[in-house]
Amino acid sequence: MTSRFTLRNVAVLTLLALLGVAFWTLGSGYTPDAELNRTAAYYAQNTASEIGAQNVVTAIIVTYRGLDTLGEVTVLFLTAAIVALVLGQTKAPRGSSGSGFLPSGELLTTGTQMLLPIILLFGAYVFVNGHLTPGGGFQGGAILASGMLLLLLAEPGRRFGHRIISRVESLSGLTYVFIGVLGIALAGGFLDNRILPLGAFGSILSAGAIPLIYALIGLKVGAEFSSILESLEETEDA
Amino acid sequence: MYLVAMAAGFLLILMGLYGALTHRNILRMIVGFTLADSGVHLVLVAVGYLPGRTAPILDSAVPLDEAAQRIIDPVPQALVLTAIVIGLGITALMLAYAYRLFRTRKSLDIAEFTELKW
Amino acid sequence: MIALIATTGFALAMLIAAVVALRTRATAVAVIAAGLVSLFASVLFLFLAAPDVAMTEAAIGSGLTTFLFFFVLGRIRRESGHDQ
Repeated sequence: MTSRFTLRNVAVLTLLALLGVAFWTLGSGYTPDAELNRTAAYYAQNTASEIGAQNVVTAIIVTYRGLDTLGEVTVLFLTAAIVALVLGQTKAPRGSSGSGFLPSGELLTTGTQMLLPIILLFGAYVFVNGHLTPGGGFQGGAILASGMLLLLLAEPGRRFGHRIISRVESLSGLTYVFIGVLGIALAGGFLDNRILPLGAFGSILSAGAIPLIYALIGLKVGAEFSSILESLEETEDA
Repeated sequence: MYLVAMAAGFLLILMGLYGALTHRNILRMIVGFTLADSGVHLVLVAVGYLPGRTAPILDSAVPLDEAAQRIIDPVPQALVLTAIVIGLGITALMLAYAYRLFRTRKSLDIAEFTELKW
Repeated sequence: MIALIATTGFALAMLIAAVVALRTRATAVAVIAAGLVSLFASVLFLFLAAPDVAMTEAAIGSGLTTFLFFFVLGRIRRESGHDQ
């Protein structure tokens, strides 16, 4: 038994040493480019005129590579569904609901009631301003989900509705795809943001459909994160 | 500066893999995976960094006509943004399966699961 | 120069937190330390001029992931307590 474990350790260390040598050869000769490569230079020069967004990362995620983002949101949806499926099949033993946290006190409950609207508002602010400042749908969605997390901690017994979450999730997903198809009909292609006027560069109602699309992504991601958190937290003894 | 971040990222990948390969508790293996995940993100973002340039946001600090000379590469950042979100999904999946395994054997020790051993 | 020192300091703190996450005996401490690694990594992203990535890592990597771990840890701890 002991010899096998040492053998395993030797194998692990050898593997890591080889990987370390590979990383060393990659990193030691590394010099950064003096200027941007062609793709990045194209994005830097044409984002303002083609997309109208100040944040180049947002322009890439929502419009230039919009289809990839649709795929990513779909992967996240599948993850949430699989987590719910895997945990839903296990029957929890009696008398064990919630995650074992103590019943929350007055302080947490009251604090949640005061903070939750502000947190939700901040999440909405982050994803609506995604084309102007750092932030966007994914960060805003995570903030929305953290508000839901606070609710979950404050009132462990309360079911705040699979139904609302799944409604929000599927509605925003459908609208997202619908806007994408509208882009084929009215503008240059799937998920083109120029179905709405580009507006004045730098104002909140600019960059065509990007604020709309990013708000939908934010709602969808927030609903998916909330459903993952909820299904990991609660056991199905109700 | 980017070299420091890149070296730290590479080290973090190695440490995370070491943890995932040597720990016997399944939850600790998952912790190792998340460490390696953060390391990959650091390396990717460090590759996109160009010295003396600023963040890819075209506000008043960056004149529009010389944006290509002033901002760093935005593509790795978009890539890593995606990777972080998917990373949370992967972690959630691993945790759900770890819980299922715990329910079958009442143990988190990987050595208890002998069905696929040879 | 100041940026270099700050980056090195945060990178060292991150690596120390990673060592704690790997070597500690208590799983809860390991989870907290992994969250700390993500938090330091998000500061490094800020130094690398990637504010979008820094926000995402801070909100998702160090916030939500830690809570996922604690939910599962709480379930497992309670159920193994019921059996004994």
